[in-house]
Amino acid sequence: MDIDWGWIGDHTDTLTDHALVHLRLALLPVLFGLLISLPLGILCRRWGWLYPPLLTASNVFYAIPSLALFMIFIQYTGLEAATVMIPLTLYSLSVLIPNVVDGLASVSEPVRQAATAMGFGTLRRLLRVELPIAVPIVIAGVRVAAVSSISLVAVGQLIGQGGLGYDIIRGYQLQFQTQIIAASVLIVALALVTDAILVTVQRLLTPWARARGRAS
Amino acid sequence: MNDLWNQIDLSWTWLTASSQWHGEDGIPHRLLQHLYYSGVALLFAALIGLALGLLVGHTGRGGFLAISVANIARAIPTFGLVLFIVVIEYSITPVLIALVALAVPPILVNTFEGLRGVDPDAKDAARGVGMSEWEVLWRAEVPMALPLILLGLRTSAIQVVATATIAAYPGFGGLGRYIIDGLARNDYQLVVGGTVLVVLLAVLVQLIFAALRRLVVSPGLLGSARSS
Repeated sequence: MDIDWGWIGDHTDTLTDHALVHLRLALLPVLFGLLISLPLGILCRRWGWLYPPLLTASNVFYAIPSLALFMIFIQYTGLEAATVMIPLTLYSLSVLIPNVVDGLASVSEPVRQAATAMGFGTLRRLLRVELPIAVPIVIAGVRVAAVSSISLVAVGQLIGQGGLGYDIIRGYQLQFQTQIIAASVLIVALALVTDAILVTVQRLLTPWARARGRAS
Repeated sequence: MNDLWNQIDLSWTWLTASSQWHGEDGIPHRLLQHLYYSGVALLFAALIGLALGLLVGHTGRGGFLAISVANIARAIPTFGLVLFIVVIEYSITPVLIALVALAVPPILVNTFEGLRGVDPDAKDAARGVGMSEWEVLWRAEVPMALPLILLGLRTSAIQVVATATIAAYPGFGGLGRYIIDGLARNDYQLVVGGTVLVVLLAVLVQLIFAALRRLVVSPGLLGSARSS
């Protein structure tokens, strides 16, 4: 394969712009997805009957090809960023809801009882004890959702929403390998950096895990 | 809601038109192509993912590396990969390679996590009754890890079925043809019709895996494993 390094040098600015648009299109949906999944997951823990239908619904959405989902949303939202972001938000739910539920389920009963015995009310126990303990499992889900979302946004270019997908399609139309490779490699790089940041966030949010690691 | 009914009506008219059921552009032909792409990709992905997952999970070595590689593979944009390798060599093989790359990570990660989650006492017990390492793997670890392994296979299968639609963009067949052609011609009915077919196929995959789970997972494990 021939890589035209000169072309990459000449297009650093546009590639950077596309990468930033790409990141926004990919990560805002994961953020929205998390904001939706947290309350839904908490509700699922409280009312168990809610979980199976919710899981089935999000799995069905997951089965719809992204391209088709973008097309369906065009009818309602037009050629807008929302047309790409709403489907990606729905996709992220199928990973995030189970992880929030599993994360909350991983809080052991003695811990819960201890918190209650210390006089924590339901809300305070949730915020101060249960959610922090659930952090590693929730973040594991966020990592998968973020990485897949960054990879999926490329398809959004088929409905003209920019990002690095533009370079992939343009490179294909011109049979210009460099542009496809540059865009694909940048997408992988964005995913890796995002993943590393999420791991760091997890470490910062769970200082006790590090303390335990040192002790043992 | 009117819009929604219109859409359902449109796709129903499209699906039941007799012209849809014959020839090269007909649903049966496209469906077979789609099943062929997805089936071949899933088969290779399962061979790679299961072999690596079982090896790493059983020996307990290289777990971190395997999971990291699988996660990086998840980041590779399938769309870019498809178009890139199609530019180099125009045939269906590159599309299949991209689909395999998409499908391996969930199978590998779930197989590994499944084996790692097996109670060490149970493994010791299996060794204690005189099983060889091979028997420990097949008769103790795999049966116990089966719910998670199946979950990984299901996730991959659904992703592959949904993503095989991309094959139509560089000009191959399958159900994605309807979606891409519909997009090019501004024929909304075609897009929705194609989408409905892919979704039905994916739902079918879900049902097959639900049935498989009932058939092959030991009843003693069904209660404890994650219910999805």
